[in-house]
Amino acid sequence: MENHLTVKLGEKKDRKGPVIFSEYKRGDAIRKALSMSREDILFELKDSKLKGRGGAGFPTSTKWMLTAAAKAEKKFIICNADEGEPGTFKDRVLLMEYPELVFDGMVVGGYTIGAQLGIVYLRGEYEYLLKPLEDYLEEMRKDNLLGKNILGKEGFDFDIEIVLGSGAYVCGEETALIESLEGHRGEPRNRPPYPINTGFLGRPTSVNNVETLAAVSHIVVKGGKWFAKYGTDKSSGSKLFSVSGDCERPGVYELPWGTKVSELLELVGAKNAKAVQIGGASGHCIPKSQFDRTLAYEDIPTGGSVMIFNENRDMLKVLKNFMEFFVDESCGQCTPCRIGNVKLLEGVEMIEKGNYTFAHINKLKDLGRTMQLASKCGLGQSSPNPFISILENFKDEIFNRGNGGRNGR
Amino acid sequence: MLVVEKNALSEEIESYVEKYGNDRSALLMILHEIQKKHRHISEFAQQEVARLLNIHPVEVYSVISFFAFLNTNPKGRNLVRICQTISCDMKGKKQVVEAIERELGIKIGETTKDNKFTVEYANCLGLCDMGPAMAINDQVFVNLTPEKAVELLAKVK
Repeated sequence: MENHLTVKLGEKKDRKGPVIFSEYKRGDAIRKALSMSREDILFELKDSKLKGRGGAGFPTSTKWMLTAAAKAEKKFIICNADEGEPGTFKDRVLLMEYPELVFDGMVVGGYTIGAQLGIVYLRGEYEYLLKPLEDYLEEMRKDNLLGKNILGKEGFDFDIEIVLGSGAYVCGEETALIESLEGHRGEPRNRPPYPINTGFLGRPTSVNNVETLAAVSHIVVKGGKWFAKYGTDKSSGSKLFSVSGDCERPGVYELPWGTKVSELLELVGAKNAKAVQIGGASGHCIPKSQFDRTLAYEDIPTGGSVMIFNENRDMLKVLKNFMEFFVDESCGQCTPCRIGNVKLLEGVEMIEKGNYTFAHINKLKDLGRTMQLASKCGLGQSSPNPFISILENFKDEIFNRGNGGRNGR
Repeated sequence: MLVVEKNALSEEIESYVEKYGNDRSALLMILHEIQKKHRHISEFAQQEVARLLNIHPVEVYSVISFFAFLNTNPKGRNLVRICQTISCDMKGKKQVVEAIERELGIKIGETTKDNKFTVEYANCLGLCDMGPAMAINDQVFVNLTPEKAVELLAKVK
């Protein structure tokens, strides 16, 4: 088996999907968009009901409309390629195999909101993509898909540059991302003001997920109504799922919103699954009894991370891994997150050693709920999720570890 | 540090500033270049960056200290990062780590005596479908076994 991951940009694996992985030729969306008015593009997006694919699910048309309406000399569009959520790798696949979708989407965005510069914030872990992507941008410049008067459109100048992150999960949060782009520590800002009017260098900025931009390219070419045909009423279109863990066929899958967890499990060949962590470490742990729930904003919203655990997995160990991650990645700016995560991890270690009281564990759950309310950004607001959901859904397994747990270890 | 070394480093940093600009927003990429070449960002380098971007050196230090991939103390010539997230863990990360520790005679987080390797844990490398995964400098390796991982390290110069 080949161990070295070599990058041949744009070379596609045999992937099937209704929207993202459907037929597309480089430059199509740009060509189409430039023949439309900005308003019409926004209407198409509105029809598509596309929501941000990073996980938060903010309507893309609204974000772009507000950024477009903001008055400023300079505006920016940022592609958030800092996917750091454990278990997520769809953006890697998109950037490696479908860079044309992402970059075309950025150019369309630049045109729509009136930005002159697009910035891709690429996570440091994907450094091996930097050079190939830069070469790809150079080719786009040669073909006048970037640069001055793009495809002959008088006055539309737009370029894209790539900035490399340096290993900070919290920089996936848009204001932290902007802080780090500006050369500061990647600590989230208070919101409001939102980036749509006070973003990068204080200018209106739209920060969009890689997958959102890829979807935009298809929507512009094929129409908003076409996109909205897929999925459910409240969650239109399809979603990329990064599937890992105990299954026969891990990888990236494109499925329409509204797919049941059990259907996904069958597709990837997950036998004996007892739990699925959806949405990464900051997501929720779904036990077997809830496998008929659906993947959709109205039921289980997610950025697409799906980690599967079979009957033999120790869920407390899983939880410990997640809490260690959050202790590591908390930026330390606000107290609930900085101290709260440490306390939750200590709780997990107490259970591991069999040295706990239920009174204390219940207090920690309360602390978790406080963190959800009081933390400054999404990291601390969602880091208690696995603590609360795993201890709740797997209490029999975790609290009946036999003879007071693993005493002495 | 010798004066000639200092001058060479200054020139190098000046070339990065020329490439990325002297606005503070160029800081991350400048630091990244220095880190890549020297495997750490020395005090002198921090001062030079600060001078050229017209900010206080402590501002530069504060950014370095924030990011996991930037550091002020030298590391080994090759940096090995092993993904510690649960997906890789379930596929046998522990065995890979133990094999590397045995082979190199160091514990995770340490540097070999000949300064050839520093071995660390990393949070999710985004290779969860192909775990266990590790990065050696800017290249990534997937579907590792303990034997394969050690073999790959043996090939590194």
